[in-house]
Amino acid sequence: MLSAGLIALIPLLPIFCFVLIALVGKHAFPKFCGMLGTLSILGSFVLSVVVAFQYFFQVGKVNGVYQQLIPIKFEWLQFSPNVSIDMGILLDPISVMMILVVTFISLMVHIYSLGYMKGEERYATYYGFLGLFTFSMLGLVLSSNIFQIYIFWELVGVSSYLLIGFYFDRPSAVAAAKKAFIVTRFADLGFLIGILILAFYSGTLDFQTLITRLTTPTDQLNAITSASFMGMSALMWGLVLVFIGGAGKSAMFPLHIWLPDAMEGPTPVSALIHAATMVVAGVFLVARLFPIYSLSCPSALDVVAYVGIFSSFFAAIIACTQTDIKRVLAYSTMSQIGYMMFALGVSGYGGEHGLGYMASMFHLFTHAMFKALLFLGAGAVIHYVHSNEMKDMGGLRKLMPVTHITFLVACLAIAGIPPFAGFFSKEEILQAAFQSNKLIYVVAVVTAAITAFYMFRLYFSIFWNKSLTPALSKGEGDGHVHHSEGTVSMLMPLVILGALSLIAGFVPFGKLVTSDGKELLTEFHIGFSVAPVLLAAAGIWLAYSFYKKENARPQNMVDSMKRLYKNAYNKFYVDEIYLFITKKVIFNLIGRPAAWFDRNVVDGTMNMIATITEKTSYSIKALQSGKLQQYSIYFFSGVIGFVLLFIYLWK
Amino acid sequence: MGIGLLHILFVSIALFFIGVYGFLTRRNMITMLMSIELILNSININFIAFNKFLYSDKLDGLFFTVFIITIAAAEAAVAIAIIINLYRNYKSIDIEDADTMKY
Amino acid sequence: MMNASTVIFYILAALILGGGILSVISRKIFRAAIYLLFSLIGIAGLYFYLNYEFIAAVQVIVYVGGIVVLIIFSVFLTHESGRDMKKPALVRALFSFLATAFAFALTMSLIKKQEFIPTLNATVEPSVNNIGTQMLSTTQFGYILPFEVVSMLLLAAMIGCIVIAIKVKHPDEDMLKGNELKVPEDIDEPLNASL
Repeated sequence: MLSAGLIALIPLLPIFCFVLIALVGKHAFPKFCGMLGTLSILGSFVLSVVVAFQYFFQVGKVNGVYQQLIPIKFEWLQFSPNVSIDMGILLDPISVMMILVVTFISLMVHIYSLGYMKGEERYATYYGFLGLFTFSMLGLVLSSNIFQIYIFWELVGVSSYLLIGFYFDRPSAVAAAKKAFIVTRFADLGFLIGILILAFYSGTLDFQTLITRLTTPTDQLNAITSASFMGMSALMWGLVLVFIGGAGKSAMFPLHIWLPDAMEGPTPVSALIHAATMVVAGVFLVARLFPIYSLSCPSALDVVAYVGIFSSFFAAIIACTQTDIKRVLAYSTMSQIGYMMFALGVSGYGGEHGLGYMASMFHLFTHAMFKALLFLGAGAVIHYVHSNEMKDMGGLRKLMPVTHITFLVACLAIAGIPPFAGFFSKEEILQAAFQSNKLIYVVAVVTAAITAFYMFRLYFSIFWNKSLTPALSKGEGDGHVHHSEGTVSMLMPLVILGALSLIAGFVPFGKLVTSDGKELLTEFHIGFSVAPVLLAAAGIWLAYSFYKKENARPQNMVDSMKRLYKNAYNKFYVDEIYLFITKKVIFNLIGRPAAWFDRNVVDGTMNMIATITEKTSYSIKALQSGKLQQYSIYFFSGVIGFVLLFIYLWK
Repeated sequence: MGIGLLHILFVSIALFFIGVYGFLTRRNMITMLMSIELILNSININFIAFNKFLYSDKLDGLFFTVFIITIAAAEAAVAIAIIINLYRNYKSIDIEDADTMKY
Repeated sequence: MMNASTVIFYILAALILGGGILSVISRKIFRAAIYLLFSLIGIAGLYFYLNYEFIAAVQVIVYVGGIVVLIIFSVFLTHESGRDMKKPALVRALFSFLATAFAFALTMSLIKKQEFIPTLNATVEPSVNNIGTQMLSTTQFGYILPFEVVSMLLLAAMIGCIVIAIKVKHPDEDMLKGNELKVPEDIDEPLNASL
């Protein structure tokens, strides 16, 4: 049987570790903090494996349906007899799958950082922040209450902010951290309003009750669908606003601008937060509320689908032009999350229609593996070359054999080449799209091909292309560069993740994680897979011919599509549009009048009160002359005045 | 026509306002202290008179007088100590000169 | 008709009020003190007249023998005895006079209207025996508690007078005289502060 205490320990171990490091460890045993953090995460991981095993194979399934279990729940803040913010743990297939992913990737990143961050000045602080992040993320996925998820949502945002700004002596890192925080905060405002709308109409904050009330024909459902505002029902508003919150965290267009900049943080952090776990929180959120989206408001789900597919395509195009390898990976992440989003968007609830939901979760799972691997591999390369730019790299395959092989595996996985993990999940997604929406299907297949192209562009630029970069070969002479590929602690996670990227596709996901908890048998059509795989292979071939050896073809290509290239290279000027809107429109039209109002009216009132007081004080200060007899005259006349008042006038 | 309460009250009230007048007009601190003594004494006369004419079955007015005299003695002693100290510092016992505590 | 008692009362009243008025308007401080003395003696006489011999005796001993002597001492200590005091400002004197006269008239008119009802109970003789018994009585209506409190007050006032009036030698003066005697700072400071 599941033990509540053990489950609670999963998120609590990292936070204990954080508190210990922050209060004591930072000063007392800074060198040991990394080990401490890694051990605590290892504990969490082992516990999650135990919990997952028990859930999936022993207690979770009743009559062939996975149940939602709530092992822990206590009331925290009560607003009214019905509405309260609870703290609890909700176990269902997606949350169990998520704790596995989070603890596993976090463990890999912890181990990797032992080598990568060694010798950093704030080594202990780094591990403290990682612990905080892991705690928040686990709390997020285990939340049983929509407000609880919001609290952890913000905590995740804070830890992300802290880790992006980890190198706070670099102005660019500080700016990136601020940008990430503000953009996601802005989206979270939508989330909060969405929560309030849903809670107002359904009269509860608890997930289970909320979903029950808003999917079955009840008074609450009638109320929320009949209330309308600006032509949309309140339910639609609530769900779209919640999705905006999710889109902010998951870097969906147009709230994606923070993600590429967030790569200023240490690379393992990018792997953990900005590739594998935190950015999929938006997907998780939509999946958590999926029954409401699917059963009560399919039009909100359409919004999710179109935003998802557009972001996916948009990011893929930008990724082709970027030269900073981490930015390429960031846009690729955005593109893949778009995949998950539109997979949810095209899905229905229950049975055969739930294919998209299952595929989305499956892709989330496999993506976490190979994207973490890509980032960690990129981290190893950056660690080796001391640069993020593609032009500084090339020909590294001999120098970094382990990184090379694992990176290739990850690239094949993301490109969707069988039998790597990405192939299976991507096929499911494409199938779901094919069944419901042909337009989305076409765009998705094209995006898959572009994905294959830019990933292999990255791969060939790093490991092939030039024989040896001048910087590296020059370094050989003075014995500067050729430290080895990396420590064991850095290579081990690469190998483990590489192996998992190979086999993760064979997990029988349809049996475990589905929209309604029932088993979903997926058929595998060989014929269906031919087109996407061939397109992906074409993308790889294109990248091969362009970037295998240094040649002029990429430049010719750029010249022929100069305009598109320039736009894509500048990320379609989304940042500039934001700047224009904020600086020119908001600052000038709203900010300045507000500032004027504040300075002149609000402050003016206060200043006027102060001035009047001061003037009055100056004019009457002579009353306080320090002369005793004057005081006694005042006193005496006061007494006479009161005598007159009370005896003659007050009768 | 005997001497009644009203006669004595007239004396005490007149003495009280004489004291007040002195307190308001005098600038020398010692004479102000004298005015205060006059005021206190007028109160004492009042207590005794009321005790005598209205509450002759009790001695309370008398006790109040005794305590007022005691406190007046203490007050005079402290006041004179303060005056002497002020004189030492300001070389003056004019109340107008001791206005350090103004605004 | 005027009998002896009435005459004596008027003489006493004249002594009290005349002494008081002269005491507050006299320009010589020493004379003012002497006029005050006469006024206080007159009040003692009034107590005698009302048959309160004990209070009259206390009045003479404390006021005449104590306070007035103390005032005269302080007059000598402040070297002002011979000089004429400054006249009060005319405006202030005028307004003070008007104010006090008005207040006096007001109070008298109120008292005239007030009806005083004397008690009909048996009179208690204000003899020293009765006074002493009741003042030190611990039973109801006894005055032992105020008596003790006042004794504490007197003690506090005594110590306070000594502390306030004690002459502190300023360290700078000692330096000028080349005197080696040091006054500790911590005694010096609060005293100066209390001025």
